[in-house]
Amino acid sequence: MTTEILIAGFGGQGILFAGKFLANKGLLEGRNLSWLPSYGPEMRGGTANCSVVLSDDPIGSPIVTNPDVLIVMNLPSLDKYENAVKTGGTIFVDSTLIKRKVNRTDVNVCYIPATALAQQNDMPTLANMIMIGKVIGECQVVKMDGMEDAVNKIVSARHAALKEINLKALKIGNDYKE
Amino acid sequence: MENKVLMKGNEAIAEAAIRAGCRHYFGYPITPQTELAAYMAKRMPKINGTFLQAESEIAAINMVYGVAGTGKRVMTSSSSPGISLKQEGISYIAGSDLPCLIVNVQRGGPGLGGIQPSQSDYFQATKGGGHGDYHLIVLAPSSVQEMADLTALGFDLADKYRMPAMLLADGTIGQMMEPVVLAEEKEISKVNKPWAVTGTEMKREHNIINSLYLAPDELEQKNFERYEKYKVVEENEARYESFMMEDAEYCVVAFGIAARVSKNAVVAARKQGIKVGLIRPITLWPFPKKAIADAASKVKGFLSVELSTGQMIEDIKLAENCKVPVELCCRVGGMIMSPDEVLGSIKKLMGGAK
Repeated sequence: MTTEILIAGFGGQGILFAGKFLANKGLLEGRNLSWLPSYGPEMRGGTANCSVVLSDDPIGSPIVTNPDVLIVMNLPSLDKYENAVKTGGTIFVDSTLIKRKVNRTDVNVCYIPATALAQQNDMPTLANMIMIGKVIGECQVVKMDGMEDAVNKIVSARHAALKEINLKALKIGNDYKE
Repeated sequence: MENKVLMKGNEAIAEAAIRAGCRHYFGYPITPQTELAAYMAKRMPKINGTFLQAESEIAAINMVYGVAGTGKRVMTSSSSPGISLKQEGISYIAGSDLPCLIVNVQRGGPGLGGIQPSQSDYFQATKGGGHGDYHLIVLAPSSVQEMADLTALGFDLADKYRMPAMLLADGTIGQMMEPVVLAEEKEISKVNKPWAVTGTEMKREHNIINSLYLAPDELEQKNFERYEKYKVVEENEARYESFMMEDAEYCVVAFGIAARVSKNAVVAARKQGIKVGLIRPITLWPFPKKAIADAASKVKGFLSVELSTGQMIEDIKLAENCKVPVELCCRVGGMIMSPDEVLGSIKKLMGGAK
């Protein structure tokens, strides 16, 4: 099975980091994967996106044009990618930052007020991981167990104190019910 | 399980170069290859190597020229506009018959162009680039694993044939992360380099590194000798991957990121019952002419998929020798074709080919 994931939002929201987490989790599960960032002039406030492909087969193109799973954390990203999602795919929307609803009726949609949840839980920079927690809960793009190992891979020893809070953010997203 | 690590393509080149025995890196930053230089800046001082950010690309390639003369493994890296600046030095290195590795993580051009991926330096890499009659061995990685593997191969081939090698990558492969298995650090294959300038210890004649031959008959002789060597390289070193070609009626030819996209298109076409395969050149010079010529006697048409307005297509046409139609599917300027666009071009080729 192959899952094509597109994560998009503003630079600074941890879009690439969220993708890296999924990529590392996939690596630990022994799957084939690719992670491709948008690169260049995207800085804080600009747009950022990344393509993650997880597969049991060798991966062809690492560029995701029609995602199975779309994760959007700002309105321009929803406007841009909504129609690209495969029929039957799933769109995850940060409903704190995106006020409109998804127009399509042939896809599944999850609205998560990730940015508000992050603020309420005193982790304002971890809305990205709350989104990922929800995605894993809903779509099983990667396995639930072994989260800690994947967090250990992407949070450097220098920032060891942040490991716990990343795990907590994943759990908040995972537990969230609309 | 093999020891897989997740790395960016640019970082994989750097680590593979170090493991291949390269201890000298000279460069100048440019997107989208800067991670390579950054990695070298971090690692080289710790392993007694040299990392030097030169004042310009021109300075960097001439530093490579200097170290190459001593027979040590040496490299530089840049992206398209920076590689243009290096051409004079590359020509001198080729004219002095020295081995080195030059990495081009291509971006859109011409001019300053853009920073998104491209393959439009194909002509520059395979047909000279600098002045004079010369060739580089040109390797085209299509995955992060190949970024590592072909880096090591580039050093080996450069040493073996005493000529510069170029790794012709693109911004996508440079920026993406994939699992990669890195080769163990090896003893640098002890290629005998009696030509290197390492000090005579008063025991032998001076070695001279030079590309200036004012006597035309002598220069002609040098050029002919070099071309004899190039013939051997063409005979022995052409590499390619063949994908679903066994029963193919149509053949897509693509390298680097375009080959990754094309693979998806070939798989999609097969699901629709279209008998199409892919030949992916791994060496662009020497170009896998024989593989193309062999395919030409079996297929009804070729499709060249490239991120240029049609550069590799000329080599395909030369190799297939007017046997069947050769069409082009291209995007340029940093845009990349989708698998659907490639599939559309395959169908168009089928409509036109008889």
